[in-house]
Amino acid sequence: MKTEQLIELLSTNLEPVRSERTGRALAWAIISGGAGAFGVMLLTVRLRPNVDGAPDIGFLVLKLLFLLSLIGSGAALLSRLIRPGQDGRRLFALVLLPFLAIGLAGVVRLAIARPAAWGSMILGTQWATCLFCIPLFAVVPFAVLIGALRKGAPTNLRSSGAVVGLVAGSLGAVAYAFYCPDDSLPFIALWYGGMVALCTLVGAIIGPRLLRW
Amino acid sequence: MSVRSSELELQALMVAGLDGDANAYRALLVKLSAQLRAYFKGQLVHFNRGPVEAEDLVQEALMAMHTRRHTYDRAQLFTPWVYAIARYKFLDYLRRTKRSTKDAPIEDLPEMGIEDDSAHVESALDLEKLLGLIPLKARQAIQSVKLDGLSVAEAAAQTGMSESAVKVSVHRGLKFLASAMHKEMTHHEN
Repeated sequence: MKTEQLIELLSTNLEPVRSERTGRALAWAIISGGAGAFGVMLLTVRLRPNVDGAPDIGFLVLKLLFLLSLIGSGAALLSRLIRPGQDGRRLFALVLLPFLAIGLAGVVRLAIARPAAWGSMILGTQWATCLFCIPLFAVVPFAVLIGALRKGAPTNLRSSGAVVGLVAGSLGAVAYAFYCPDDSLPFIALWYGGMVALCTLVGAIIGPRLLRW
Repeated sequence: MSVRSSELELQALMVAGLDGDANAYRALLVKLSAQLRAYFKGQLVHFNRGPVEAEDLVQEALMAMHTRRHTYDRAQLFTPWVYAIARYKFLDYLRRTKRSTKDAPIEDLPEMGIEDDSAHVESALDLEKLLGLIPLKARQAIQSVKLDGLSVAEAAAQTGMSESAVKVSVHRGLKFLASAMHKEMTHHEN
C-alpha cells in the first residue's frame, strides 16, 4: 500500500474529535473503580460496625487523607502519561511525599511509645486481613484503569503500569479503611503503605504487557 | 527534501483536523508522513533495514496517530506528541524484531522537521488483505465511507443502519485496521 492511499482513507469523511474525552475517561475510571472496590469490600468483610462512632473517626480521616493524596497525585500523573509527549517526571516526587510523611509519623509514634506496645501497634489485630484485602479490592480499579489507559496512548508503559497500580492500590485501601479495625500510625505506615507499594510494583511489572498498542 | 515545517503550522493543521477539516488534515498527514519517513529511515539505517520497512512504520505511526488523535491536548506543543508516538512505535518495532536498542542509539529528540518526500515506495502492507482481517460490518463501513467516499447519511441509507451506527462502525473499523496492521507487521518480520 502507498502511504498516499492511507492518507486518503484517513482524511475522507473525517469526523471531528473532542480532546476532553481522554481526561473524562480517566476520571470516570477512578470513580467507577473506586465504587467497584467499595462494592467488593461490602460483599466480603463489610463495614466496620462503629464506622460512624466518634472515637475512631480521626484515624479513618487520617487513612483517607494519606490515600486520597496518593490518588490525587496518581491521577495527575496518569492524565499526563496517557498523552504522548507529556512528561510528568516532576510529579513523581509528589507521590513520594505521602509515603514519607506516613512513614515518619509511624516511626515517631513508635519512638515515643513503650517498646512493649510496639507489637500491637505494628501488627494490630488484623494485619493479615489487610495484607490480603487491599490487593483484592485493588483488582477492579486496576482493570478499569488499564482499560481507560488502553483507550489513550501511553508511551511509557512501565511508569504507566506503576501509576495504575498505585492508584488502584490506594482505591483498594480506601475501601479497606471502611472495614479496618486497626487504628495506629505504625500500622497504617507499614500495611497500608506497604500494600499500596506492592500494588505499584505489580503494576510496573505487568503494565507493559497489558498496555501495549 | 529538507523543507522545514514549523510547529505552529503543523499545530494549526492538527487543530483544524480535530475540528473536522478534512483538507487541513490531509495536508497535515502529507507533511507528517514526509517527516516520519525521514525519521524512521534515519533510525533504520543502524539496523540495515530499508525504505519498505520505513514505509511500514510511517503507515503504522499515521494510523496510530489517527485512531488516538483525541489524546492530543490543544494547549500543548504538537511536535512532541508526534515524536513520542513515532519513537514509541519504533521501540515497539525493535522489540518485535528482537533487536536491542543497545545496537544503536535511539535519538531522544530527533532533529525535527526534516522531510523525505519519496512517497513512491510501497509498504509491505496490503490494504485489501488488512480489510479482510476485520469484522464484516466494520469492513463494509470503511469501504463505503472511507474508500468509496459516500457520506455517512448515504452509507446509512444503503445499509439500513442508523447514521450513528455507521459512525461507530467506521470508528471501530479503523481501530481494527490499526491492530491488523500491527499484527501483519509482526508477522512479516518474524
